Amino acid sequence: MTEATGTVPESTREQPPRSPRGLLQALNLDTRLLGMVGALAVIWIGFQILSGLTGPKHDIFSGTFLTPVNLYNLAQQSVSVGIMATGMVLIIVSRNIDLSIGSILGLTGYTMAMVQVIWIPKSLGLGFDQPYTWIIALAIGIALGAAIGAFQGFLIAYGKVPAFIVTLGGLLVWRGLVFEEQQGQTISPLDKTFQLLGGSPTASLGDVASWILGILACAGIIYTLIATRRKRRKYGFPVRPTWALGVLMALGCLAILGFVWIMNSYAWPPGLATQYAHDHGITAPPGGLQIATGIAFPVIILIAVTLVMTYITTRRRFGRYVFAIGGNPDAAELGGINVRRTIMLTFVLIGILAAISGAVQSARLQAAVTSLGTQAELDVIAAAVIGGTSFSGGIGTIPGAVLGAVVMQSLRSGMLLLRVDSPIQDIVVGVVLVSAIAFDTYVRGRSAR
Amino acid sequence: MSEGAMSTEKVAGVDSAAAPLGAPLVEMRNIRIAFGGVHAVEGVTVDLRAGEVVGLVGGNGAGKSTLMRALSGAHPPDGGEILIDGQVASITNPRDAKALGIETIYQTLALADNIDAAGNMFLGRELKTRTGSLDDDAMESATRKVIGRLNPRFKAFKRPVMSLSGGQRQSVAIARAVHFNARILIMDEPTAALGPAETAQVRTLVKQLKDDGIGIFLISHDIHDVFDLSDRISVMLHGKLVGTVRKADVTTDEVLAMIIMGKLPSEVSEKDLAELHR
Repeated sequence: MTEATGTVPESTREQPPRSPRGLLQALNLDTRLLGMVGALAVIWIGFQILSGLTGPKHDIFSGTFLTPVNLYNLAQQSVSVGIMATGMVLIIVSRNIDLSIGSILGLTGYTMAMVQVIWIPKSLGLGFDQPYTWIIALAIGIALGAAIGAFQGFLIAYGKVPAFIVTLGGLLVWRGLVFEEQQGQTISPLDKTFQLLGGSPTASLGDVASWILGILACAGIIYTLIATRRKRRKYGFPVRPTWALGVLMALGCLAILGFVWIMNSYAWPPGLATQYAHDHGITAPPGGLQIATGIAFPVIILIAVTLVMTYITTRRRFGRYVFAIGGNPDAAELGGINVRRTIMLTFVLIGILAAISGAVQSARLQAAVTSLGTQAELDVIAAAVIGGTSFSGGIGTIPGAVLGAVVMQSLRSGMLLLRVDSPIQDIVVGVVLVSAIAFDTYVRGRSAR
Repeated sequence: MSEGAMSTEKVAGVDSAAAPLGAPLVEMRNIRIAFGGVHAVEGVTVDLRAGEVVGLVGGNGAGKSTLMRALSGAHPPDGGEILIDGQVASITNPRDAKALGIETIYQTLALADNIDAAGNMFLGRELKTRTGSLDDDAMESATRKVIGRLNPRFKAFKRPVMSLSGGQRQSVAIARAVHFNARILIMDEPTAALGPAETAQVRTLVKQLKDDGIGIFLISHDIHDVFDLSDRISVMLHGKLVGTVRKADVTTDEVLAMIIMGKLPSEVSEKDLAELHR
């Protein structure tokens, strides 16, 4: 947006620039992503104030949105949509669409439940809760998701059937198969280990491991920034000034450690803590046993998926080709890129991601129901688009889409907190989606000149 | 239209008189390309030698670009054969062509607008690190070197090429064609988007590449460009080859007569020339 001026970014000045614009350019951060973080902050603070005003104390300081328990839940609830949104970015960037992911999620989630509740224990007579059950169920689910994605991707890339049509058909077919598989019964209880994928106070890292993970992540950021800088120096390219590097490191580490701190501030619910104390023969101190929850397992899955997908998108040929195809399909073809194979692979990828989401959602419910993932495609597309993915193709980022998922979930969870009726929630989400894109199109149009 | 002008003996006659000794770098023999029922290229034969520029001219829809798309692998021909260094070559896609050392600067430039200069220059041929990741720094470094030579004022290496000017975009497309040690270069209207200064740069570049022994097919609407740069000129009309002439042997009027009337210089009368200038 501010790129049009384009004079400062390659500056090697060591003094911090005076204007905020110059500051941003020296930091060389993605301004769109920063804008989203700002929007998210506004939404969070808004809900915090509103929940205080409508709460029992009627003041702006007693809000319940920015509390560890709510943020812990928000993180968990964003996982399923976030995971799939990372794949949707690649689909939309290459000028396609996938309407079937909700149904793929449903079918893979349901099938994974069948594996652990019926096939392994009953059909094969191996019994419940075997140590290998969860991994076999997960592997079968992921393989199924990949196979469905490959089939749809083949029809789209090699059969030249529009993605909208193929995946619209898929939406109906895969959901229909869910009902065929076990007459639409709810399948439970799931394998004990598998349930950990869904996250709960007992399916989280705990405080020590969360801190260790946070510190490792900080070390990772610092190492990456220094290594990148060293390499650019070696080639004699312009680099960020040293102070900007320091600011970036500090901001990154602060964000990570802040997140860990919040997740660790959420203590186990008293009932669960008492039960735990009882089971382990611990005498609860006065005021009850305080056990820090830490980062939930599914949130770790989302973080891992985000890192892997970001790497694939920005550091591998495959990602480069997806963007090239979205930017100019003819140029990609003339560059010798295997366009059809690349397109097909994007659908394989989103099939796998839908299966992972299916595992997380069913594990969280501790059961598979036929409605699993219904309408998930809409939230996922909205998350990707709010996160800066452009429907005209060629533009989008993985972290943006994940942030988009958090924005969507923040709206829903905040309105739930304010006891807004469900139809009104839908209206608000719809309006926000369209306004966000209209605003973005306007800004892009201006900056393109 | 004069059918006599199409006769292969006459074309071959002119050709052999013009061509130097040694096996041609490229021979396209009797190439046919059809779109549905439309014959875009009908039995065209052209050749190219190392260190030579062959201008390919003709009106709109004459089939110049289509013929060259057959050589660059963008559209395999329906008939005829292509020989590289005297060997029959099978070129079914752009990768085949590049493997044979054939690079193309397309009229549309064929750039992915959302990607930066280095990404475009290495599109389909990315450099990788030991771990198989993209080596963006090495690619940027190479791009800075190549483009820096072509266009010293080019600075926007980190921006998507959509934000660049026509001349800068052209620099990227040209850099891509020359970086990979092309032996055969196809330039389709390379100066169409350029201002006078940049056009002059491209002309210098063409002469330089020619001195390096690269064979160049140059497609252009601009007869003066072609006359300035080419050694030989092949003229097409309605998908057929009118003839190939040595630049030294003809005048611009005679080439114009070939383009417009499909007549070889030997067939052009005073009346025809008067017609041209009317």
